[in-house]
Amino acid sequence: MSSGPSVSALQRLVEQLKLEASVERIKVSQAAAELQQYCIQNACKDALLVGVPAGSNPFREPRSCTLL
Amino acid sequence: MCDQTFLVNVFGSCDKCFKQRALRPVFKKSQQLNYCSICAEIMATDGLHESETLAALRSEAEGLKGKLEEERAKLHDVELHQVAERVEALGQFVMKTRRTLKGHGNKVLCMDWCRDKRRIVSSSQDGKVIVWDSFTTNKEHAVTMPCTWVMACAYAPSGCAIACGGLDNKCSVYPLTFDKNENMAAKKRSVAMHTNYLSACSFTNSDMQILTASGDGTCALWDVESGQLLQSFHGHGADVLCLDLAPSETGNTFVSGGCDKKAMVWDMRSGQCVQAFETHESDINSVRYYPSGDAFASGSDDATCRLYDLRADREVAIYSKESIIFGASSVDFSLSGRLLFAGYNDYTINVWDVLKGARASILFGHENRVSTLRVSPDGTAFCSGSWDHTLRVWA
Repeated sequence: MSSGPSVSALQRLVEQLKLEASVERIKVSQAAAELQQYCIQNACKDALLVGVPAGSNPFREPRSCTLL
Repeated sequence: MCDQTFLVNVFGSCDKCFKQRALRPVFKKSQQLNYCSICAEIMATDGLHESETLAALRSEAEGLKGKLEEERAKLHDVELHQVAERVEALGQFVMKTRRTLKGHGNKVLCMDWCRDKRRIVSSSQDGKVIVWDSFTTNKEHAVTMPCTWVMACAYAPSGCAIACGGLDNKCSVYPLTFDKNENMAAKKRSVAMHTNYLSACSFTNSDMQILTASGDGTCALWDVESGQLLQSFHGHGADVLCLDLAPSETGNTFVSGGCDKKAMVWDMRSGQCVQAFETHESDINSVRYYPSGDAFASGSDDATCRLYDLRADREVAIYSKESIIFGASSVDFSLSGRLLFAGYNDYTINVWDVLKGARASILFGHENRVSTLRVSPDGTAFCSGSWDHTLRVWA
């Protein structure tokens, strides 16, 4: 009869949109501050960010060669 | 001369309500029925109702979408990079290829790290799935799948099994054994069945459940032991290309991205989509949660990576440059979340400063598209897989 979504598909979409609209939101400034806080707190543990003392990163160690 | 139609009043039992009334002939699917005037009225307005309902629903949906955008916009008081202005800038990076894993006969499509931070499983277009020791570059296991284009592979949390799948529409689990007499393929167990290709798979926190994403537009949660479908997730309007589970502390949710340009966050228990984001301009190839679980990044064919904050319920950053015109195939965060590594179809890996929104570094080395990229569980290195048949470990 009509091309495109059926009544039931549209009803589901409306229900889904109502659900998404009811989500509790916080301000971007607060969310951004918390993301930044997490970065700063964990920066010292981040080997790719700060680098680790030579020898403690197994990938940076020179590999020993085994002679067959 | 005028034609006159004579309405013959038949009195009898209505075919619908069975009451004794004056009847009118009514045609339903070319069959003649006799309805009373009341039932005939109802039937005539039913058809009218459906198109009214459709129009009403459509406008309600549009209205809700508009309201959603308004609500999100109200809280958009500042940009992430503005908040991050005071943060120290990143220093110079010395990141090089430390290991090159060679052995695949064709394009590497997917890879995953073992929790032991050392072993890697990778899968390829030629149907081979290989488990490597990344320290020594030795191959520990290899299995040939019955299909080509093994687009997804994952390591079990225990390190004792791997899961993979692709054009066979299935996700199969192989227990890993060091017994040289055992044929790995013999112990294969088919867990998931989709109606189109498997694009992504991941074990949940245990070896017992697997989450899959498929070209059939759905995601699904399966019990490994019985192969039973525990929950399915419907909502994407096209192929689902990627998924990522929330870090364990934040609960039972996961995010998926698809060819419908949408990223959707799902509740694993109810099967419900709790949040959806549609700001990308093309297929979303990769999604990855921020280490705290409060946000996730996505990489897309529109040549951008974006950061979405779940609590602000909106996109909070775009990582793009005019000079980057090829799609991003794979993204992952460093341990602290400060760096976002993204592999692109122009053979490069861009390292983005997540907070400031600027590119921190660009890594060259692969000789074809970078198709997959994961940071190791302890953040000491990351591995990239490419269509040039190799995997590289960078640190």
